[in-house]
Amino acid sequence: MTTTIVKKKLAPRDNGAPDFKKMLHPLMAKNYGKWKYHEKVKPGIIKRVAESGDELYVIRAGSPRTMSVDTIRKICDIADKHCQGHLKFTSRCNIEFFVTKEKDIKPLIKDITTILGFPIGGTGHSVSNILHTQGWLHCNLPGTDAAGAVKALMDELYKEFINERMPQRVKISTSCCSINCGGQADIAINLQHHHPPKINHSNMQICELPKVTAICPVAAIRPINVEGKSSLEVVEEKCMYCGACHGQCPSMEIRDPKTDTLSIWVGGKSANTRGGPSFMKLATFGLPNNPPRWPEVSEAVGKILNAYKKGAKEYERIGEWIERIGWKKFFEVTGFEFTKYHIDTFRFARTTFNTSAQVRL
Amino acid sequence: MAKEKESKTPMLDELETGPWPSFVKDLKQLAKRKPELEQALGQLEDSYQTNTNHWLGTVLNLDGYGGGVIARYSDVQDKFPLAAQFHTIRIIEPSGWLYNTAALRQLCDISEKHSAGILQFHGMTGDILMLGSNNEKTYTAGEELMENGWDIGGSGPALRTLACCVGPAYCEMSCFDTLGLTKFITDTYISELHRPELPYKYKFKISGCANDCANSIQRSDMPIMGTWRDKIQVNQKEVAKFIKENGENYVVDNVITRCPTKCIKLEKKKIKIDDSNCVKCMHCINVMHKALAPGKDKGVTILLGGKRTLKIGDTMSSVLVPFMKMETREDWDKLIQLVRRIWDFWGEHGLDHERVGEFIDRVGLGTFLDGIGVEPDPQMVKHPRSNPYIKFEEYTQPRIAGEPKESPNVVDKEVEGKEAAV
Ligand code: HEM
Ligand code: SF4
Ligand code: SF4
Ligand code: SF4
Ligand code: SF4
Repeated sequence: MTTTIVKKKLAPRDNGAPDFKKMLHPLMAKNYGKWKYHEKVKPGIIKRVAESGDELYVIRAGSPRTMSVDTIRKICDIADKHCQGHLKFTSRCNIEFFVTKEKDIKPLIKDITTILGFPIGGTGHSVSNILHTQGWLHCNLPGTDAAGAVKALMDELYKEFINERMPQRVKISTSCCSINCGGQADIAINLQHHHPPKINHSNMQICELPKVTAICPVAAIRPINVEGKSSLEVVEEKCMYCGACHGQCPSMEIRDPKTDTLSIWVGGKSANTRGGPSFMKLATFGLPNNPPRWPEVSEAVGKILNAYKKGAKEYERIGEWIERIGWKKFFEVTGFEFTKYHIDTFRFARTTFNTSAQVRL
Repeated sequence: MAKEKESKTPMLDELETGPWPSFVKDLKQLAKRKPELEQALGQLEDSYQTNTNHWLGTVLNLDGYGGGVIARYSDVQDKFPLAAQFHTIRIIEPSGWLYNTAALRQLCDISEKHSAGILQFHGMTGDILMLGSNNEKTYTAGEELMENGWDIGGSGPALRTLACCVGPAYCEMSCFDTLGLTKFITDTYISELHRPELPYKYKFKISGCANDCANSIQRSDMPIMGTWRDKIQVNQKEVAKFIKENGENYVVDNVITRCPTKCIKLEKKKIKIDDSNCVKCMHCINVMHKALAPGKDKGVTILLGGKRTLKIGDTMSSVLVPFMKMETREDWDKLIQLVRRIWDFWGEHGLDHERVGEFIDRVGLGTFLDGIGVEPDPQMVKHPRSNPYIKFEEYTQPRIAGEPKESPNVVDKEVEGKEAAV
């Protein structure tokens, strides 16, 4: 099938970022940098008040992130009808609609919920939409899905999205391989591999072998000769199953539908508030990769959220709550088992040990 | 629930129920007029049934660009020939992910015409993702996007598409123009974004204050966060109102005792802050946002070196420039120059696939600061070193054979003078 493509003149290159000024709602343009305070109206609705006295109501709706053009056009219809043709997406894939009068909120929400079926919420001390990655829909590396896992989990957490009844905001992310592009979160669900890559020697010529060798963080990959052809081998004792090599070379297959599992991590935080940002830590592991609804994951996340809701003080993020009560108590109240695998073995492991006589008894 | 007896996607269908909006329901509807999507969903169903992924990655570039297209080939294309090529185009988003509907509708039209009609708002880096074009349509989509003023996002060892919080558009916490700076950096370094020339990826994320709504600190190489260096603005009338509404104990339990540096107290129902010891963490302002506000002498803190798990594990960014004004064009240019010095030094000495944070770990922050011409500052560390193994340059022995005394660092630095330090 050779179609001759007539070379047209190329479109301009290096346009740069779109002009955000054209995207601003008129009240945003008018009050740019001159906002005074905000007020919660109810979950999902925040009133923004400018120094000029102008009021902007921001109504937040959850979205599935992956959407058809049909759905996006419906979103546009709603924004045209109610919001002077402006809207915003948030860093957690929610959509924000804007109205300027309190009385306009109700009809807007009616259209969002009936036409789109999107829930209103995700503000303040709620469980917001889950940050997720590409998964089986589009990445070349995943051991599990992303959009489906999020849909299944958000079905369970729906009530926590539309209400604000957590001690503090809760952010969740998922990642479908050990590269973890989903990011740090209060609760993160990540895929884990359990053996070194299986090398497809016959297919080994397509990549740059030195690059694959160099990418291994523990120097476990070395060149060998297989039937007269150069290839690679992995020193299995050194390999930590991170999959970095697989990202570089598809012939280093790290995934395994039979053995890959999911693990849950807690206590990540980006905000610099109070104790500052923190990394998440291992809570539990070995959950089955069980599509289409991953019920074991939902159950474990539910345990964490229930314990957090019961035990945390207001304004404590999950990591801060655990820090206050101690990990011993965390494992007690969630029922997860603490094992030797929870003890770090990588760089800086010793900095994670309890180097004091301070213990909770 | 009279489902079709022989659904081709029984497992995916289970994701059509439940209260959260279902991407399966949405995409199945679209698949009725997009046969390539129907096949992609068929392939996805296969993945669900076998726990096996079916996309292979490859490289596909638009004329003049070295990245921005995430090319995917199906490894089961005999079964799903229409989804054999199913690429994603990354498109630079408007700062703050703000849109007017005309822009969104245009994206829909281009997506419908040239791809499977799936859009993702947004990728984890920040881009708009347009899914499902084949080789040829990827080119035509790219041309039509650029014809209409859009531009392609970054991938590979290049500057990546930037992202920022909503900032001054509606947030009163914002300490600088996050939206403007994001566009300025993007436009200034647009060639570095399109033509991979760095050791590895370089991400900026930009937040108007330390609440870091752009998740910059551990998801970007160079987080830029708003801050101030004068006093927190206190409105004692609103403080009194807050105390009246919530009680004094509430303020003590949720504001005073939560301050990380214990620099805020309640005296005779008035808030008193030792601003010299405030670390601008935003907590008190978040809780009492009508009574307290960031100071007036605003600027940014610049950090460096954050990244996600791959290879060495996650790293948090750390402070590079404790405070810098970010108001005028000159301020912005200063930042651009700082970035250039970092790219030059890391570009020259960094290893292939080495993020800037990994590079700093390898050569040492002190050496790195020398290399980019920034003076060390105690705000860059939690505490000074506690181990005694220091190689003082001043005491380095002359090398054998009478070579001149030389610093053991990896750099031959050109002395840039102190004014280079921001
Ligand atoms: C070739 C295979 C890969 C695919 C298909 C892929 C896909 C993606 C996609 C679609 C995104 C969101 C993109 C955007 O918003 O523009 C993303 C983000 C990300 N990717 Fe990849 N990726 C790949 C390889 C990698 C590798 C090798 C790494 C590790 C260094 C990595 C680390 C990340 C991280 C950390 C993010 C999140 C970035 C952020 O939060 O800003 N990815 N990836
Ligand atoms: S987490 Fe891994 S598999 Fe999932 S999208 Fe990111 S790189 Fe791909
Ligand atoms: S999986 Fe990771 S540790 Fe194992 S060989 Fe590959 S890169 Fe090295
Ligand atoms: S980071 Fe700060 S300025 Fe930006 S949206 Fe969040 S609270 Fe507002
Ligand atoms: S901003 Fe943070 S450090 Fe400063 S006074 Fe408020 S709580 Fe304390």
